[in-house]
Amino acid sequence: MSEFLQHLVNMLVLGGTYALLGIGLTLIFGIMNVVNFTHGVLYTFGAYMMFIVVQQLGMNFFLALPVAVVAGWALGAIIELTLLRPLRGSDIDTTMLVMIGAWIAMQSGALWIWGGVAKSVATPFPEAPLVIGPVSVSWLRLFVLAAAALLIVATYLLINRTKLGCAMRATFQDHDTASLMGVNVDLIYPSTFAIGSSLAAAAGALLGPVYVIFPQMGDLAAVKAFAIVILGGLGNITGAVIGGFILALAEELGAGYVSSGYRDAMGFLIIIAVLIARPTGLFARSERVG
Amino acid sequence: MTTAVPALKVEHVAIHFGGLVALSDLNFTVDEGEIVSLIGPNGAGKTTAFNIVTGFLAPTHGSVSYRGTPLDGLKPHQIADIGLVRTFQRTSVFPNDTIYDNLLIGLHRQSRVHLPEALLGLPRARLTERKVRERAHELAEWVGLGRRIHDLAGSLSYGEQRLVGVALALAAGPSMLLLDEPVSGMNASETHTFVELIRNIRSRGVTILLVEHDMPMVMSVSDRIVVLNYGRIIAEGPPDTIRNDPAVIEAYLGKAAVHA
Amino acid sequence: MKLIATLVSIAALASVPLWLRDPYLMNALITTGIFIIGAMSLNLLLGFTGQLSLGHVAFFGIGAYTSALTSLGFDIGVFGDFHIVHEPWPPIAGFFLAIVVAGLCGYLVGRLSFRVRGAYFVIVTISFAEVVRLVALNWIELTQGPLALNNIRSIAIPLPGLSELVIRTKLHNYYLVLTVAVIAYVLIARLVRSHFGRAMRGLMENETLAVSVGIDVTRTLTLAAVISAAIAGAAGSLYAHYIRIIDPDIFAFINTVTMVIMVISGGKGSLAGPIVGGLIFGLMPVFLRPIMAPEAQWIAYGGVLIVILFLLPRGIVPSFSRLLSKQRGQAPAPDGMAFAKNDAKEPA
Repeated sequence: MSEFLQHLVNMLVLGGTYALLGIGLTLIFGIMNVVNFTHGVLYTFGAYMMFIVVQQLGMNFFLALPVAVVAGWALGAIIELTLLRPLRGSDIDTTMLVMIGAWIAMQSGALWIWGGVAKSVATPFPEAPLVIGPVSVSWLRLFVLAAAALLIVATYLLINRTKLGCAMRATFQDHDTASLMGVNVDLIYPSTFAIGSSLAAAAGALLGPVYVIFPQMGDLAAVKAFAIVILGGLGNITGAVIGGFILALAEELGAGYVSSGYRDAMGFLIIIAVLIARPTGLFARSERVG
Repeated sequence: MTTAVPALKVEHVAIHFGGLVALSDLNFTVDEGEIVSLIGPNGAGKTTAFNIVTGFLAPTHGSVSYRGTPLDGLKPHQIADIGLVRTFQRTSVFPNDTIYDNLLIGLHRQSRVHLPEALLGLPRARLTERKVRERAHELAEWVGLGRRIHDLAGSLSYGEQRLVGVALALAAGPSMLLLDEPVSGMNASETHTFVELIRNIRSRGVTILLVEHDMPMVMSVSDRIVVLNYGRIIAEGPPDTIRNDPAVIEAYLGKAAVHA
Repeated sequence: MKLIATLVSIAALASVPLWLRDPYLMNALITTGIFIIGAMSLNLLLGFTGQLSLGHVAFFGIGAYTSALTSLGFDIGVFGDFHIVHEPWPPIAGFFLAIVVAGLCGYLVGRLSFRVRGAYFVIVTISFAEVVRLVALNWIELTQGPLALNNIRSIAIPLPGLSELVIRTKLHNYYLVLTVAVIAYVLIARLVRSHFGRAMRGLMENETLAVSVGIDVTRTLTLAAVISAAIAGAAGSLYAHYIRIIDPDIFAFINTVTMVIMVISGGKGSLAGPIVGGLIFGLMPVFLRPIMAPEAQWIAYGGVLIVILFLLPRGIVPSFSRLLSKQRGQAPAPDGMAFAKNDAKEPA
């Protein structure tokens, strides 16, 4: 029983960051209809930002996090403006392949600059974990959970309470009508991509110090993000949050009770299973008619 | 006059979209060799009815059958297999292919061979290919586009594309052709050519059902006309009857016009 | 004209071992050739049927593992004490078995692709390949996991009347790969020009229209997937028996990306595209090796892919042939149009 509770706690921590990953991708995929293969790279980028800021520049850990998020936001904006905007109107295959090209180039860039050896980031938290009854959780992970929750709430407020968020939702529902109503698509798209990317970077910045940082770490993160988007339905933020926790739970239980080697397979198996059963995702919001 | 043999039977077809009743209790038949037109004001349910008959939409109630075979749950390609082929109003051709290639694709049903025979280039497969290519030329000639057969379908004028679209449907070897607003957007002379084409097709034994807005065209080409309004049939009969039917006049022009 | 060009190319390729002595280059040519076969098979799905399948390396790897395990034999325990034991078979049997098993996997993917379309299909195919990789990594009893399957025997072709021909040297392997590549090319060309090929094209161009003239979507997609997977499996088998050691890294996504770059840059939907793209990207590492580190090379490949998608979205071969026909004053041949070429000379 205590083992199960431990899994549950781990699931909460992991699920929070997965939710960030998922929300970021579902916004991009949902609003812009772009299969964003650079999402994993942004995750890696966020982690390496922490490494640079904390380890190489010697800055404060807590300041490093916003820096990583803003850097992710900037990189996302650059990608959208240089690669996606010129291709607007092309078929989805072309943009997908361009994203793949960018992914390869950027990941190889990371490998070239920092090498393949894993890096770690020093954290200011005490080594000894917090123990509550049969469950123990490290301070670092508690911080990660708190930060993730904060970011999720911030995103919710952005999407549901601000003018920009309203414009984004309108563009998601009907691109043409939204632009006819005066929504500036040229502003919405880079904003969406930047926000989504910043969330991926945030996830990487939070999990990087928990594990280790290496150039290919984003690959798995990318797949998991897609799994979450498929679980939660395209463009559905609540679905992405729920999906993030479901994936974390599946991974924890799978690793604990089945086999740890197949832990990372959980995401893939979920994708395949869900899409076979319901090709439009579990919580698909709008059905296409006609 | 030979006795009429029903080809297409639409029986008690109804369809609901959530709370909206788009069609209620639709009943009509099309006899072998007839040319029947389905008309009605905008929103009357013509396109919906058309999509149900051609297998692109499933009715909530009722059934459609062709030559005795119910079309229930059949996929569009299976419906083509039993002889019912439709044209489309908007994308009626494969724009990035030549007329020739368009027709070859349309001749899919006639060009079936066993895959190993095709891959090995065996004589039987080659013979089928030759026949199919000849037929493609014939069809292009027949709609008057023989000389432009190697032009890209996307580069043709709107009216010409429609002709290719019909040739494409004919290539599939239908015994009944369903035309979706075939002359919409055509000028008078193109429409005239098209009417001749339709008569020609019928004289070769193909039954025809068409949905259309162009009243003069409908009046001149149809044996019978079925009029829809608000999801139900309000009149049915030969053109002369329909022309003078008060319910039809009211539907199109309003009550005042009936007494005009 | 085309036939002559093709025969000349084949003759030229066949003559290479006679004058090329550098073993390093020969090795590069052989592995490039194997990847070109893989790229041609991917082109069938991607370019001629319009299905962006990004799990293609799964078929390649499954072919490699099937062939290797068939020729090495294995002993796995299932459900406790019950063992499935396979005695080693001749590698040539592994080659054909690889084609069958890969083809079967293609069948599964094909049936799946009917239900799940567009971007979701892409994601499912990537997931499929990753699951296969993780299975290969973790099912150590069967695959030796990261320790790899090694000492894979070379293919031996039984010659009637004589003893067998063992494909051991680079020379042998080169000709074997060339032969399989030519067969694969002819097969794909014939398929594309047949009514199946037209059905695939119709589906790719306008599915609703295609379906209305009687084209069966599931059947067509499945057929394309099976043939595509089978050819990829053959390539995988050749790889296993040439390199003679394979591990789960064969399933790395980067291998799919390599084939995708070859197809897209060469020209998807054109028969020669994967070959041109394959030669360029297969041999580029050889020439770049002295000047650029591998990571830097991959940065370049990513960049090249992007540049090609921006400037030559149709790929090198179609853009080139378009240029040629414009120079000759002809209307450019439509995209992917192999059907009408044979009767271009017929009177209108």
